[in-house]
Amino acid sequence: MTTVASPPRSPPPHLPPSAHRPTATGGPEPKPAETGVWVAIATISMSFAALTSAMVVRASGAPDWQHFRLPPILYVNTLVLIASSLTLASARRRITPASALDGLPRLYVTLGLGLLFVTGQVLAWRQLATQGLFLATSPSSAFFYVFTALHGLHVLGGLAGLLYVLRRLRRVVPVPMTALGAATLYWHFMDVLWLYLLVILIIRV
Amino acid sequence: MHEAAVHPHAPPQGFLRTHVFSVDHKVIGKQYLDLALVAVCTGMVLSWLMRLHLAWPTAAIPGLDKLSPNGAAGGVITPEYYLSLMTMHGTIMVFFVLTTAPFAGFGNYFLPLQVGAEDMAFPRINMTSFWVTLVAFLVLISSFFVADGPALSGWTAYAPLSAVGKDAGPGQGLGQTLWAISIAIFCVAQLLGALNFIATTLDLRTKGMSLARMPFSTWAWFITAVIGLIAFAVLMPACILLILDRVAGTSFFIPSGLVISDRLQPHSGGSPLLWQHLFWFFGHPEVYIAILPGFGIISHILPVFARKPLLGPRAMIGCLIAIAFLSYTVWGHHMFLSGMNPFSATLFSVPTLIITIPATIVTLLWIGTIYGAKLRFTTPALFCLGFVSVFVSGGISGFFLAQPSIDTYLHGTYFVVGHFHFVMGVAAMFGIFAGTYFWFPKMFGRMMNETLGKWHFWLTFIGVYCVFMPMHYLGLAGNVRRYSAFTDDYLKPLIPLHRFITIAALFTGAAQLIFLFNLIRSRFRGPKAPDNPWEATTLEWATTSPPPFDNFGGKPPVVQRGPNEYGVAGAGGADYLMQAAPEPAPAR
Repeated sequence: MTTVASPPRSPPPHLPPSAHRPTATGGPEPKPAETGVWVAIATISMSFAALTSAMVVRASGAPDWQHFRLPPILYVNTLVLIASSLTLASARRRITPASALDGLPRLYVTLGLGLLFVTGQVLAWRQLATQGLFLATSPSSAFFYVFTALHGLHVLGGLAGLLYVLRRLRRVVPVPMTALGAATLYWHFMDVLWLYLLVILIIRV
Repeated sequence: MHEAAVHPHAPPQGFLRTHVFSVDHKVIGKQYLDLALVAVCTGMVLSWLMRLHLAWPTAAIPGLDKLSPNGAAGGVITPEYYLSLMTMHGTIMVFFVLTTAPFAGFGNYFLPLQVGAEDMAFPRINMTSFWVTLVAFLVLISSFFVADGPALSGWTAYAPLSAVGKDAGPGQGLGQTLWAISIAIFCVAQLLGALNFIATTLDLRTKGMSLARMPFSTWAWFITAVIGLIAFAVLMPACILLILDRVAGTSFFIPSGLVISDRLQPHSGGSPLLWQHLFWFFGHPEVYIAILPGFGIISHILPVFARKPLLGPRAMIGCLIAIAFLSYTVWGHHMFLSGMNPFSATLFSVPTLIITIPATIVTLLWIGTIYGAKLRFTTPALFCLGFVSVFVSGGISGFFLAQPSIDTYLHGTYFVVGHFHFVMGVAAMFGIFAGTYFWFPKMFGRMMNETLGKWHFWLTFIGVYCVFMPMHYLGLAGNVRRYSAFTDDYLKPLIPLHRFITIAALFTGAAQLIFLFNLIRSRFRGPKAPDNPWEATTLEWATTSPPPFDNFGGKPPVVQRGPNEYGVAGAGGADYLMQAAPEPAPAR
């Protein structure tokens, strides 16, 4: 499991990118931060694929599998997370290498929505707990807690990454667009991953 | 940190930043190698204790009761403590030696150099990766000092034994929990490392270094990183589920109605097979994580001393990729006896036999490379040849084990112990030795002693054959593995052979002192190494020995050709062309 790939060092500001790092091919300037996030996406996907297959194996033929109704607040949380992706996309469109000022308010909104999502997930746990469904109650609740907790941790990692980028956006000129792009990519992936998890939780749990 | 990131050329100041918490890939590579050295010494001492006990089960080993008053009262190892020693030996060797040294150690030091980069793509993540690995190692070692000692469920930690806690025996309490935590932490470190290797290879190659021109070792580290990325991503959640079963009362791996030590376990419905599937989905690729860097190192070094280009360079890379891909389709061959559907055994047997095809091609390419060559018999060259030898010896027994009907008989015996120690353990160790003798001059600016190196090679080479070859016979004779003593009538006649193995193991271990002495002495007293002592072509030899902080003194090399230009007309009568050397004047 990896947390968000913190954006790497940026090219020294006094040099144009091409002078800093000679590229192997005539292709576009490589962006290690984005490559890193793609690699992280691959490995996180693999982890959740393994957990999914573990759930399928565990659920099949187990007499102790208890179906329960998902806490309704999860659907609200889903909307919150999607909204955070939209505000982030919108913020990114307003940020240019020259200035990040126009996008900053939307970035703050994104951070707020991200925190709201995590809070909402915690509320969902508390709803389940009041119904007497804990981690060890049944394999279905166990998988529910494992999936949501691991996803939540990765979202917190994404929030940390966004905070880091935000700090640099306000201080560094030219604006570190690659780092912003990498953080955005990761954040959108958190969205997609959650939608996937929601679907399999609806089907199985 | 932030400032250093903005000015990548400025070397760090102060001892801590330069040698301890360094973001320099070369320092991190050496730290990994140092960690592996400590780990391998620990693992070897554990194997000696086991071997002594197997040969003389009633003998007291002086001082051992200090380490474990319960496990070795009076110095005599109990069966449970024997299993703990076995578990720790396997875990330390597989994770902290065979994964750490050839991949993280040499890879960290030489991958950026070989692609002409100043550092890894994410230096701080790289540093984090090492320190997290160290924490994992310390957590594992700490289990020696908890009340009931370390885990005893083997490096594979089969559930439900590993999942139920104290009832399953001493060491299955806190010791096993520490094991699972250590491995989960280790996964994080390896994933961070793999992330760096992949991004560096894809994005930081210097001008002219196309994928086709990458050295074979770089290819091997890159492919290993891809394997690790997928494998550790599966082991990590598996360990989390295991920890939850142990501490939170869940039932992922513990079945209903399980009675252990006369106690009904308060769990229901879990699947022990699930752990085996998850573990071996990681575990088989892990074998290739250990050996593929060795493939790369041998393919990198052999042409240097054969003074001939590696035969079939594209076939070599194709085979490495094929092995990596197939390694994900064969995990079930570890589970023929696990109670899974017997039809799936056939399903796993076929790709297991198929994977021998690229492995055989690779071996033939090495042999073809040295065929007709005027080999320079230096120590690294000898270890390359030794690698090929032990890899073939260990690989051949794999053909037998790949077939479910034969494996049914051999799986629980010393045949398997001999097999995997040769093909994975000793072969990978020979790769590490070859790499150490080969790259030491670059890393420390001094040459290692050749005479001592050759003594080390021959004693080790003969020694490992004496240790592991007889294990195949023991296995065929039905000698079960994981037993702490052989008291059954049919096993008693085999004890003399066990004594021979034990003496050979002690002898081989003692021979490693030559290596250790050579390593330490050469570090301070060895003759100064030139920049390119072996007349090799790749970029690490195009800079000083040892390289400066930014690797190429601020002038990144421009690559003109592939790494395989041996036996050609080079500059000044040389028989090789370096990757970054300008085109020589045409011969008249």
